[in-house]
Amino acid sequence: MVSSTPTTTTSAFRIPHLVCPAGSLPALKSAVDNGADAVYLGFKNATNARNFAGLNFDDKSLREGVRYARDRGREVLVAINTYPQAGRLAEWHGAVDAAADLGATAVILADVGLLAYAAERHPALHRHLSVQGSATSYEAINFAQDAFGVRRAVLPRVLTLAQVENVVRHTTVEIEVFGFGSLCVMNEGRCWLSSYATGESPNTVGACSPAKYVRWEQQGKTMNARLNGILIDSYGEGEPAGYPTLCKGRFEVAGETGYALEEPTSLNVVELLPQIAAAGVAAIKVEGRQRSPAYVGQVTRVLRQAIDALKAPGFAVKPAWQSELAKVAEGHQVTLGAYDRPWR
Amino acid sequence: MNPIAMTTRFTLPGLPGINLQVPTFRLPAFVTRIGQSLPQWPHALGLVGGLNGLLLLKLLDAEALEPLTGRVFAVEVEDTAAVARFTFDGLRFVPLLAADGPAPDLTFRATLSAYLQLLARQEDPDTLFFQRRLVIEGDTELGLLVKNLLDAVEWPRLPFIAERT
Repeated sequence: MVSSTPTTTTSAFRIPHLVCPAGSLPALKSAVDNGADAVYLGFKNATNARNFAGLNFDDKSLREGVRYARDRGREVLVAINTYPQAGRLAEWHGAVDAAADLGATAVILADVGLLAYAAERHPALHRHLSVQGSATSYEAINFAQDAFGVRRAVLPRVLTLAQVENVVRHTTVEIEVFGFGSLCVMNEGRCWLSSYATGESPNTVGACSPAKYVRWEQQGKTMNARLNGILIDSYGEGEPAGYPTLCKGRFEVAGETGYALEEPTSLNVVELLPQIAAAGVAAIKVEGRQRSPAYVGQVTRVLRQAIDALKAPGFAVKPAWQSELAKVAEGHQVTLGAYDRPWR
Repeated sequence: MNPIAMTTRFTLPGLPGINLQVPTFRLPAFVTRIGQSLPQWPHALGLVGGLNGLLLLKLLDAEALEPLTGRVFAVEVEDTAAVARFTFDGLRFVPLLAADGPAPDLTFRATLSAYLQLLARQEDPDTLFFQRRLVIEGDTELGLLVKNLLDAVEWPRLPFIAERT
């Protein structure tokens, strides 16, 4: 690797960029107004993994969004993070072309064919390796750098903090990690649970548990969640609900009913920010393009304050940050996810 | 200086520069009982009037609303016992005033406080849903479309109001 590769923890320290989600123009403006360094978003089609009815950007709204962000010195990153379907490659190429034409700073890609296409056709447009690309080792990331000139890689939410540090130490590619938001089953890009229940998954149609298969049934004070007829969960009165995905459902296994795969939780790394900055992580990502401008504003505001607090010595987590973030979280609890797991 | 003008910050939804905070509350049971005995048609007229206003101002795009055509919506306010039923005819929203009309394709149910927090863009619908403060029944995809269409509305900036606060 080149000589600028950071070799020690102390020299690696950097204030990470704050990368926030937008499913609409008001959400983009809310992210920018509340201090996001970059906003990521997708087009209104299956080329991104949040392809929900009425969500996302067309050419007109993206053009205005790019102008709004750039006027304020911020970046717009376009997620084209699903895998092209057979016979429909033109849609994915068209999305990459449109992102370049409309002035995006970078495209976030998972498919190697699209990475090659973008590198060849739009060399000035930065390439980010999507979390859907499932690159968990520096070898994989360095390969993407050599082959496609990627500027940044988004790490899947499966690595411990020590493993993140190790990746950063061995690459000059910028490393982005998730900092807040709903967790998925941590098998990004390879999960078949939505397809098992509905025949559709993020990497095929751009949506996990597509809404047309979801039914919420109120029975007295109990709410049942069904996915394509399959009972996913049954929430008692006042019990926090989650997204209707198979991975977060409660099922009867060997005579006991409970979370068989994963509990509905939200990731929150605020208390780990000093270690993340010390590790040399370049950017922290907030999940939630499907959420409303209110959420984007709330989460961006809190994380901006927390990240800015890293600039002075003696970082201390403010209780107000944690209560604001817990309020918007999915499910029962917030967790540190894999970052602090003792096991690998 | 007028003290009311200093504290009355309830104004247009999502208006930039306005610090609007809607508290979480539930109206007392007697309000619900009174509401139950009142006619429901004014609620539908009021809500439909507001939605059609968004169309007139071109804040909502009639073309994007095409999938709503002919679908029946019910918006229920738990603590005022108000129900507004309406549909979209392809051009504008139309109130459904008959008490025994067709079953709704989509029902939203929440307290007045929750609706005001949503309208003010103070809280996210997913947050209220996770907290069980917002109930969505019926065609979930239709519900998601309505939510996303309303999220994408760019409320006009009215600087003359922002300056006063």
